[in-house]
Amino acid sequence: MTAITDIPDAPRAARRPQTGNPVLRWLRTNLFSSIPNAIISLVLLAVLARGILSFVQWGIANAVWLTPANDSSACRAVRGLGACWAIIPEKYRFILFGTYPFDEQWRPALSVLLFIALFYLSTRRVWWRRELIYLWIGALALISVLMWGGVLGLSFVSQDRWGGLPVTLILATFGLAFGFPLGILVALGRRSKLPAIRSLSVLYVELIRGVPLVSLLFMASVMFPLFMPSGFNIDKLLRAQIAIILFAGAYLAEVVRAGLQAVPRGQYEAADALGLSYWRKNRLIILPQAIRHVIPPLVNTFIAFFKDTSLVLIIGIFDLLTTAKTAIIDPAWQQFSVEVYIFVAAIYFAFCFAMSRYSRSLEAMRGR
Amino acid sequence: MTTDHPRPPPRRSFFGAWGRRELKGLFWQLLVVGIAVAVIAFLWSNTVTNLSARRITTGFAFLGREAGMPIADSLLSYSPKDTYFWAFVVGVANTLRVAVIGIVLATILGTLIGISRLSANWLLSRLAAVYVEVLRDIPLLLQLLFWYVLMQALPAARAAWRPIEGVFLSNRGLILPSIPVGMPQLLVLGTAALGLAVFYVIRRWQIAQQMRDGKPRKAWPIALGLIIVLPALVSVLLGVSWSIAWPELRGFNFIGGLTLAPEYFALLIALVTYTSAFIAEIVRSGIQSVPRGQWDAANALGLRRSFMLRQIILPQALRVIVPPMTSQYLNLTKNSSLAVAIGYQDVVSVANTTLNQTGQAIEAIALIMAVFLTISLGISFFMNWYNARIALVER
Repeated sequence: MTAITDIPDAPRAARRPQTGNPVLRWLRTNLFSSIPNAIISLVLLAVLARGILSFVQWGIANAVWLTPANDSSACRAVRGLGACWAIIPEKYRFILFGTYPFDEQWRPALSVLLFIALFYLSTRRVWWRRELIYLWIGALALISVLMWGGVLGLSFVSQDRWGGLPVTLILATFGLAFGFPLGILVALGRRSKLPAIRSLSVLYVELIRGVPLVSLLFMASVMFPLFMPSGFNIDKLLRAQIAIILFAGAYLAEVVRAGLQAVPRGQYEAADALGLSYWRKNRLIILPQAIRHVIPPLVNTFIAFFKDTSLVLIIGIFDLLTTAKTAIIDPAWQQFSVEVYIFVAAIYFAFCFAMSRYSRSLEAMRGR
Repeated sequence: MTTDHPRPPPRRSFFGAWGRRELKGLFWQLLVVGIAVAVIAFLWSNTVTNLSARRITTGFAFLGREAGMPIADSLLSYSPKDTYFWAFVVGVANTLRVAVIGIVLATILGTLIGISRLSANWLLSRLAAVYVEVLRDIPLLLQLLFWYVLMQALPAARAAWRPIEGVFLSNRGLILPSIPVGMPQLLVLGTAALGLAVFYVIRRWQIAQQMRDGKPRKAWPIALGLIIVLPALVSVLLGVSWSIAWPELRGFNFIGGLTLAPEYFALLIALVTYTSAFIAEIVRSGIQSVPRGQWDAANALGLRRSFMLRQIILPQALRVIVPPMTSQYLNLTKNSSLAVAIGYQDVVSVANTTLNQTGQAIEAIALIMAVFLTISLGISFFMNWYNARIALVER
């Protein structure tokens, strides 16, 4: 418990006379301010040094970076001693794009870039205008054309050949694009005065949030065909997408509800006094304030949700994690799954970390 | 919950304004309920047609049939000859085994890391921050697969690692020394539990007394007597043996001791490390929410550090910590369903196998949902009770 007792002491340490070598001073205040602190620092330094050293040995010094195509003998030779990064150049196209026709893979690649550009633009405050919605619709249409093809001289690629990063981004983006309005409706429903609408909304949110996403996905993959009239068969990816939208809707509804609760009562009263209708009141006055209140938790829900799309692995949809897992089934490369997982983890991390940084900057902006 | 309209807007005429609003509300409700009923009826009729076309009978009669599925790692005794019902019970026990132990370990680890993030030691707080950031930003399923691959890459039983005497880590899982617990041992543990309950009652009475006359009363001699000495006495009198079963490598496998199968161990590590990152943030924000003045005031009173933490800081921090902690516990429990990806047989995995063997999709999924809703409600109920106990009572 030494760590926690340090908190109130921090300013006292800072008030010490600022003399001597700045490096030594920094070390003194930050690492060796007391004897227990010095012990913690030394132990951590030792562990860290050992960890970094063994990682450098495994990941860099003894690693194999490139091998001749389809030949893993060099990797096998260093197995246990060094990493086999050579598996990444060997398999990266499969991991990123799955079984999409090899020569056409520029199309999913372009789609991924479009997605990233869209995400980036949407984070800029200057761009928070009505035009952004049109831009989204246009870009999503363009992405559909790129992925499916069949027009403009692009060859048609059926949905069951899609895979990898574009599928992850599609599941996440469409899940949010449809789940967010759904969530807003349900949140409004939950705060409505009409008992039937309120109870339906509560039932929906609690049922979805009470069960694991895995069971919803099972439901989508196994029970959905039972629900539909015979002969009517919708694609597995679409079924998973529907499950994900329903899931996102329930979680986002709770975040939006928190925002609605934070809007002062006077705002509702003022809107009523102006004689606005229910929808105009919510669209023009309540929701803009409510959503602004909950932007950081919304971004956090987006992050959680982006990670959760990886669960479609369990029902056999080829998202990024599934392609990674499939890439290492190949017996020649089977033993090097750790390297592939690190590669894919880095991709997920890049997306989520960017979002979490963004959420933090928003919080800082609000704090001012 | 506050309603949107504490005051209805001024009424122009009784029937004009009031009646129109009421009718409008009725219209919307009828519309939404009508759509919901229509959708459910549509799905229902399709399902009935499809089920009869595929000759699947509905109902839970299949639960009585022989399951025939193997469950490798279970707390309760199970053989493939048992019924589906028993297989489900075993699955639920496995889910609870991961969830309960996971929640305890994640709380401990998360609290330590959350406190570390606030440390004045730069290195410690940076490392804790990196831990939180990395684990939070990688999907749990990916982490789970990663741990599972690492478990499989461990040396074979013969060359098992022995970090401490009696502990083996190999691709068979983690093997620990254990104390076999039978009826006589349970009796002693029961005495200790009883002692704990009696101690709780006595302690409450002591506090009530202290409230009356202000004299502090010592609790530890009573605790020692009731919880340690009394059970020890029972143990000696009855001659209960507490021998430790040391695991031993015989041939290709381990004999004795407690085995944590690789699937269970990987799932537990993944859930604990992942959830602890979220708990760390909750603990940090809870402690930071306590105003600085409270620390200063406690310092000025010259209170001991441990007393200050226990009596002043933690009670205030807990009010901020407990509600989000509840959702983390629920998340951990729900996330344990990822077990299906690595073949640990929790309730979801058992239900999935059942579904594939019998085609009883609706029943199997209904069972999963019923189990998780029950667990979730149980956790929220307990945490809400606890939250109500520690919440600030305002006027």
